[in-house]
Amino acid sequence: MEVEAARYIGAGLAVIALGGAGAGLGVLFGNYLNAAVRNPAAAEKWFGRMMMTFALVEATGLIAFVVAMIILFV
Amino acid sequence: MPQFDPTYFAPQLVWLGITFLALYLLMSKLILPRINGIFAQREDRIDGNLQRAEALKEEAAQVLAAYQKAIADARAQAQGALAKAAADIAAETAAREAEFGRKMADQTAAAEAGIRTAKAQALADVRGVAAEVAGMMAGKLVGAPADAGAVVQAVDSVMKERAR
Amino acid sequence: MAEAHSPLAQFEIHPLGGPIHIGGLDVSFTNSALWMVLAVAGITAFMLLGTRKQAIVPGRWQSLCEGMYDFVSGLLKENVGNEGRKYFPFVFSLFMFILFCNLFGLLPGAFTVTSHIVVTAALALFVFFMVTIIGVVRHGLHFFSYFVPQGAPVWLLPLMIPIEVLSYFIRPLSLSVRLFANMVAGHVMLTVIGGFVFALGIWAGWVPLAFVTVIFGLELLIACLQAYVFTILTCIYLHDAIHLH
Repeated sequence: MEVEAARYIGAGLAVIALGGAGAGLGVLFGNYLNAAVRNPAAAEKWFGRMMMTFALVEATGLIAFVVAMIILFV
Repeated sequence: MPQFDPTYFAPQLVWLGITFLALYLLMSKLILPRINGIFAQREDRIDGNLQRAEALKEEAAQVLAAYQKAIADARAQAQGALAKAAADIAAETAAREAEFGRKMADQTAAAEAGIRTAKAQALADVRGVAAEVAGMMAGKLVGAPADAGAVVQAVDSVMKERAR
Repeated sequence: MAEAHSPLAQFEIHPLGGPIHIGGLDVSFTNSALWMVLAVAGITAFMLLGTRKQAIVPGRWQSLCEGMYDFVSGLLKENVGNEGRKYFPFVFSLFMFILFCNLFGLLPGAFTVTSHIVVTAALALFVFFMVTIIGVVRHGLHFFSYFVPQGAPVWLLPLMIPIEVLSYFIRPLSLSVRLFANMVAGHVMLTVIGGFVFALGIWAGWVPLAFVTVIFGLELLIACLQAYVFTILTCIYLHDAIHLH
């Protein structure tokens, strides 16, 4: 049963990385909004790039999620 | 996780290969040429329309030129007519003036002729009267009737001398 | 956690019909294969029916088809330039395949092909090898100058070159794991929150139901976004291989 407990603890530790993803998304969207408010004309042009970066940042959190899943279920 | 179960790796990969190859062939041989065709057709159509618009524009320019030419012609014609009318009027006025002048000249001439005849008449009368008076005075002075012919001749010569 | 109600049960693969073996290779027609075939059929039907009129002035559906075409070709042109024209059918197929697999996976009861690491890794490795081969064929040995960062001081090179090489070889990993993890996470989240709807019953179940609806919208966005990201990263890799930096 110790292994089981360690698994849960490990999975819990793994998802701490989501904090980093959250901070990253906050920085990303905050800066995008900041820029978009300053220069709304250019906002449209960089929306695609922003979304791409969103996906890249989100991937970090998702990798943590996958690690947690692997710890729990594999 | 079922994702890490290697039992079904092989069939997934095989079917992924088959389906993706099929998709690639379908896209590259059928769908994309089709959409390219639509784009080409649209481009042709737009080019055709542009050409037609160009032709129409040219036609419009021609019509405009013809219209302007017609207006210019009409203006020229009107100007011609005006000039002709002005010339007619001027000619008529001139003719009238000329006639009036001629009439005036005629009347003046007639009047002058009247005056001249009257003057000649008066002169002739004066000659007769002078000759008569001279005859009578000569008869009175001489006591004998003077020769009428000589008297007249004398008066004439005097009058000629005066008239000079 | 009971296996039958596990949120991971939706990712299980089982053969439809009997197992088929050709020359020792297992080529059983599984539910995964079924949804791959459905995706291909769906794409083909979508594009064929959308363009069936070949109208000069497109209707809504045809506009959508042309929009897809313009979108991918614009992506390729922007990131690779005119040399990328050759690879357009491949990139377009890749985009449509991932997009349709992701979207079909969101249908109730459907199987998400792209939620399997094997599939995404195969696609990513294919892109990786294709790009590397293109680079080597175009530039020969000069291609390896790609790993030498320009303008870096010479004493840093022993550090920089391994980092560059590592980041190059980690590409297929990040490319495949990103798509795979997004799909898995989304579906697990939907299933777990969907499970709450039943667990909380008719009175409190509405709260997770509303939540699951919102998440579903987010998942639709993610499905399109991941297809876009996969495609644009492929384009960027192609750019690197063709232009070196």
